[in-house]
Amino acid sequence: MDKEAKRAMHDLGGASKFMCEPVDIEPHGLTEFDREVDALRGVLGAKGVMTVDELRRAIESIPEADYLRLSYYRKWIRSITANLLTRGVITEAELRAELEKA
Amino acid sequence: MFAPGERVRVKDQWPEQHGPVHIRTPYYVRGVEGEVVRHLGDFANPEDLAFARPAAKLPLYHVRFRKDRIWPEKQPDDELLIEIFGHWLEKP
Amino acid sequence: MDLLETDGERLLTAVRALLERKGVVSAAEIAERRAATDNASPGQGAKMVAKAWLEPDFKALMLADGTKAAEALDIPMRGMPPLGVLEQTPEVHNLVVCTLCSCYPRAVLGYPPFWYKSAAYRARAIRDPRELLASEWKTVVPDSVKLRVVDSTADYRWMVLPMRPTGTEGWDAARLASIVREGDMIGVTVPSA
Repeated sequence: MDKEAKRAMHDLGGASKFMCEPVDIEPHGLTEFDREVDALRGVLGAKGVMTVDELRRAIESIPEADYLRLSYYRKWIRSITANLLTRGVITEAELRAELEKA
Repeated sequence: MFAPGERVRVKDQWPEQHGPVHIRTPYYVRGVEGEVVRHLGDFANPEDLAFARPAAKLPLYHVRFRKDRIWPEKQPDDELLIEIFGHWLEKP
Repeated sequence: MDLLETDGERLLTAVRALLERKGVVSAAEIAERRAATDNASPGQGAKMVAKAWLEPDFKALMLADGTKAAEALDIPMRGMPPLGVLEQTPEVHNLVVCTLCSCYPRAVLGYPPFWYKSAAYRARAIRDPRELLASEWKTVVPDSVKLRVVDSTADYRWMVLPMRPTGTEGWDAARLASIVREGDMIGVTVPSA
């Protein structure tokens, strides 16, 4: 299909490179980290700080190799952080300082 | 506005080739003809919401496509049902 | 080093600390949200399915307005995306996927399964669903049945209302609900008695 050459990286429907990949149907449980990120996203959405659309857009701009490698919620926290920075809710300086504390 | 049963075609446009965008019309259905099943309601345009821009409420449709118009190699009679915003649809 | 490439756990800790200090979110709000999400589960969906199997009026409501049907069972839907329900029939088998990300009826069914979010599922479900269902879940959809793949691309969240299996005559709601699994409400499996 010619259109496949034009698809965005995350636009995966029918993407040939995955058609032979097995689906891992094991019920992997969610970690503490996963649940906390999920809840954070929900609260930020409910309070009008960041929409789910902004979340998705920032996930879609993650470089392809990272997009495919990172776990679901690691992509989320990366996107949430990017959006908070873009929106000026937190600054890079603040984030660096906070990270240095840990 | 499109009516249930009306034939439509998804615009063969590729905005992702011209700059950063957030599009909810999958690549595989661009330029493909289908049939409107129903109007699902009007919702704020995700293409604008994604960039924190003011977003107009636009009509959203459930549109049905025969599988063989997209991936004809197997099960031609199977179908795909996809939510598509009205501004992505045109008369065929 | 690009800040965004920082390890996820460290990012979460730092971001939360900053947001709490600025009063943007509180620990209590996050805990409350988490509890609400943990409360949703396939069991909620199963209750809806069982009620639809027993009461034609509820089934009609579920198909016409999934959100109202969920609320009728005290499932909190305020501020949640609208719920759409598609029924399996002898003529049509529905399969739900979100090829663009992972849209899922979380308010009813809870967190989406790991596989639903995978690149392999998102790629294969829309293009070769019969092969996918047969090879991964041993679910065979007969050629006489049309397979309809529903791509959740926008504001609705979709769940499947499976067909009531034979051998369940006279069962009460709880017993019926007990045989409805998460996969049945996505369309990768069908329930059996």
